[in-house]
Amino acid sequence: MLRTIKFQREAEPEWARQVSERPGCEGLFSCLQCGSCSGACPLSIYMDYTPRRIIALVREGFRKDALSSMTIWLCASCYSCAVHCPRQIRVTDLMYGLKREAMQSHLYPAHLPAPVLAREFYNMVRRRGRSSEFWLVLRMALKSNPFVLLGMTRTGWDLFRTGRLSLKRERIKGMSELRALVGREVAR
Amino acid sequence: MNPYGYFPGCSLRATGVAYEESLLTLFRLLDLPLEELRDWNCCGATSYMSIDEESAFQLSARNLALAHKAECRDLLAPCSACYLVLRKTQDYVERYPAIGKRVKESLAAANLPVLDGVRVRHPLEVLYTDVGVERIRSRVVRKWSGGRVACYYGCQIVRPFEEVDRAHNPTRMDELLGAIGAPTVEYPLKTACCGGALTGTMHPIGVRMNYILLKEAVRKGAQAIVTVCPLCQYNLDAYQSEIRGKTSTPVDMPILYFTQVLGWALGADAESLGLKRAISGRKFLEQWFSKETQEAEAYV
Amino acid sequence: MSENNGSNGAVRIGVYTCHCGANIAATVDVKAVAEYARSLPNVAVSREYKYMCSDPGQDLIRQDIRDHQLNRVVVASCSPHLHEHTFRTALKVGGLNPFFFHMVNIREQASWVHENKIHATRKAKDLVRAAVRRVARHEALERGRVAIHPDVLVVGGGIAGIHAALTLANAGKHVFLVEREATIGGHMAKFDKTFPTLDCAACILTPKMSAVRAHPNITLWTYAEVTQVDGFVGSYKVTVNRRPRYVDEDLCAGCLDCIEACVYKQAKVPDEFNMNLGKRKPIYVPFPQAVPLVPVIDPETCIQFKSGKCKKTCVDACGERHAINLRAEAKQETIEVGTVILSTGFQTFDAARTPEYGYGVHPNVYTALEVERLVNASGPTNGEVVMRDGKTPGAVGIIHCVGSRDERTNRWCSRVCCMYSLKLAHLIKEHTGAEIFNFYIDMRTPGKGFEEFYQKLLSERVHFVRGRVAEVTDWALQPSEEGKLVIQVEDTLAGFVRRIPVDMVVLATGLEPHADAQEVRRMFNITCAREGFFLERHPKLAPVNTFTDGIFLAGCCQGPKDIPDTVAQAGAAAAEAMALIDAGYVETEPNTAHVMEEVCAGCKTCIPMCPYHAISFMLDIHKSHINEALCKGCGTCVAACPAGAIKQNLFDDDEIFEEIEGILTNA
Repeated sequence: MLRTIKFQREAEPEWARQVSERPGCEGLFSCLQCGSCSGACPLSIYMDYTPRRIIALVREGFRKDALSSMTIWLCASCYSCAVHCPRQIRVTDLMYGLKREAMQSHLYPAHLPAPVLAREFYNMVRRRGRSSEFWLVLRMALKSNPFVLLGMTRTGWDLFRTGRLSLKRERIKGMSELRALVGREVAR
Repeated sequence: MNPYGYFPGCSLRATGVAYEESLLTLFRLLDLPLEELRDWNCCGATSYMSIDEESAFQLSARNLALAHKAECRDLLAPCSACYLVLRKTQDYVERYPAIGKRVKESLAAANLPVLDGVRVRHPLEVLYTDVGVERIRSRVVRKWSGGRVACYYGCQIVRPFEEVDRAHNPTRMDELLGAIGAPTVEYPLKTACCGGALTGTMHPIGVRMNYILLKEAVRKGAQAIVTVCPLCQYNLDAYQSEIRGKTSTPVDMPILYFTQVLGWALGADAESLGLKRAISGRKFLEQWFSKETQEAEAYV
Repeated sequence: MSENNGSNGAVRIGVYTCHCGANIAATVDVKAVAEYARSLPNVAVSREYKYMCSDPGQDLIRQDIRDHQLNRVVVASCSPHLHEHTFRTALKVGGLNPFFFHMVNIREQASWVHENKIHATRKAKDLVRAAVRRVARHEALERGRVAIHPDVLVVGGGIAGIHAALTLANAGKHVFLVEREATIGGHMAKFDKTFPTLDCAACILTPKMSAVRAHPNITLWTYAEVTQVDGFVGSYKVTVNRRPRYVDEDLCAGCLDCIEACVYKQAKVPDEFNMNLGKRKPIYVPFPQAVPLVPVIDPETCIQFKSGKCKKTCVDACGERHAINLRAEAKQETIEVGTVILSTGFQTFDAARTPEYGYGVHPNVYTALEVERLVNASGPTNGEVVMRDGKTPGAVGIIHCVGSRDERTNRWCSRVCCMYSLKLAHLIKEHTGAEIFNFYIDMRTPGKGFEEFYQKLLSERVHFVRGRVAEVTDWALQPSEEGKLVIQVEDTLAGFVRRIPVDMVVLATGLEPHADAQEVRRMFNITCAREGFFLERHPKLAPVNTFTDGIFLAGCCQGPKDIPDTVAQAGAAAAEAMALIDAGYVETEPNTAHVMEEVCAGCKTCIPMCPYHAISFMLDIHKSHINEALCKGCGTCVAACPAGAIKQNLFDDDEIFEEIEGILTNA
């Protein structure tokens, strides 16, 4: 029996306030719920919660719902939402913030490739200062869903024969400088 | 004149190698000196920001500080994501004092200079503003022998910053291509997202987004799509056989970089423009950029 | 009780600290302030009270003046803008010169800007201390009187200006009505039917327009603009530039034969009145019921003006009347009026500024005002809703809030667009039977009969989709979308993104101030609010007055509003003007500056400094002279005078220094 009701004890208003203080999210509470963001977003039709609904959830403090959505992983950072918003809310920055929180709280399905890609990218840059596309995609696939590699063989071959598949493992010279700048930790 | 700083970004050394080849060739033809930023690091693209905001800005800060150290006034970032991330870092460091303070502190801690005084620019805007449509037109030596093109700008060079071109209905690439005689079509999806990394992380959705772009280009009568971003080029280029298999659209369209098109018109050869690196539409490319047309009479 | 300086010349001050309910008392410890005031030198009485502005509050002052022989009063309460006049009157009634009063603002300046009670109270005490020192130096002053010239200038001949002019004219006042366009009627003349009654706009407007023409008390100058305003309340000298129509208004009989006879057999010039959807000839009347019904010749498009080689068939057609004068020139008129009503109206938001809606790119995207002309029987398509491509629409999308409620363009709500969008939905459906979609964020229908009108539209099965349209595109995702304009929007109530193909898109563009609002307001010496509309004296209690006496506002130049509110405001402005005229005089504030001739060296430094051109030079005695009626008491000349020869009442040096000393001294 399907029953949808939300009690106030689930709402976390303090969290909502914190989110509104993040860069880009200043206009969070002045959102009109007009839906321009959802209408402009090229991926909203695939999302469980459209961008507008995510904002509605966030500003009422429904943290778990917002962080467990597929929306944040479907966001391609195209900024269409931010450009169309009449309140000039940087919805893209809101999505980034939610992605970061979801990763920290481990509130995402285990084998979803997007967060795995983010983590592998982060670690690779942390260790070497640059990303090497081939190795990155390989690592992402192996750690999320190895079967995708089968589907990628054609593309891999196309890239190889046109000289676009570099097997080089890029690294910068100034790693100690970079480490001094960003620190050493890698993402788990 | 002062050389432009050149920030290739990780893609231009891998899937986007044709972009680098054609960019360097074109700038050489136009006598615009480019100097690669020494020991640049990855910009972080969209993935880094999904893990940690502060270090994402710090990554770009290093690049900007290195540019400042090299006394580079203009830093060219051809890849849309690199352009946006570098530009956004500059903007947020100024706009949000808390971020600015942290970034400046960490630069000092790493013994790096400040990141001021560097203008982050995109080659499309540099060609439009610093060179200009008329000067490009005057340097044309080859008539355009290719088909009609759809100029595809993608997202991140026109949103949220509109310095490269307008967010809605940008026309600078159309104007530049018009100057070399390439007929452009009306393309309502010129700033619609290609899906970015989604072709890798959510493949069916990513491919569908590219299918939509390709289908509309065909519908509007385009025979090629011209791009500014290595990820857009890759997405549109690499999955056409899959699209042919899964839909009824027999698309086999060359996806070119605007630097390749302009370089060809200004006299460069196919090899130096990386034209052989295309995956889709090869038979058209062979026709349009054949040895015969390469050696044909100069266009007056 | 005579006005006095106290027995033995001693200063006896009464200090009254107001609670203002909780407005002040919640943050400022009012009792402590009153206690503190009691300890200050020269203070004979110190009280605190809940509402000083009330009758009992004012009674306190009056009573104390009598009982305690007060000769100075300080009230620490709200802003002088609100109650300085109230308390000065209380002093007057109590027998003291009203200018022995000083008001301290411990509400806006202490209570409302502090969260910390200790800080707020400390500041309040500082301010009171300063006021007590200052007021001891106040001198008795008298208000001046300025006579009010009985004529009125109304700028702008839309419905607001027309109604104000008629009201005043009916009361026997002489009105100059100046209108920039060739006809009066304003935007309302372009509307088809008006909401919510669906009254025909022209039918209700034209009788008033004719009444203006016929009224003996109204001098109507159309195709004219105010170019200069000198003077002050009661005697404004206004210069009006009357542009040449090239047709003499007094000789023309309105037969319009000249237009018929024009060498252009077909109309070729884009017709501004019809929003460039139709064409007119170089000689034209804006619309058939124009007032005055006198043609205008447009020198930009008339062959005679451009090349000098026209057959001038219009002149021949006019015949014996000789009303056409191709050599006419602009005429400057100078008039004297006592009061001015500004009713200059609005302009519509330029839809090209929201490129995502495709205005100017896709031919079948229209603005609301363009559609008003389409559905109008006297419009360019005779009331047929025929689009630019010649077709009649089967489906129409009406997009609300275009340019309004948007940080990137205009932040405000334009107030009338929801209602006119409902109206256009009804009219288009009536004319074409098309399927209509209204896309809105909120449905704003507050007026009388408005909600009922919305209900009517709902029952007519017009679609209402709550969602702000992201884009209007010709990109077809499905075969059924080919050749259509597709509206992509999130239907926030139903909960999914929709793509709705339509044939015609109507943009409900908002209202904004005229592009030259800043120039106009400078001419009349009033201010604009942040968004650019003319600023009223008080948003609730003085919506038609400005901060300049004698200048009133009516209609949309003060803010977006519909016709009923415009007419009400116009009547209010007329009443305010009438009140001044019938009183015959206005009292001037005595806080003006004057030159001490014995000290003035005649250096003329002050003269160009005055923003109000109030200072003139008397050549015979080689001294500067300040016109007290023009002087606004800004103090610029006082500060600028190198010899210190200018004094300003109520802002004398010793008064200011006492106040400064008072603030800086830590008692």
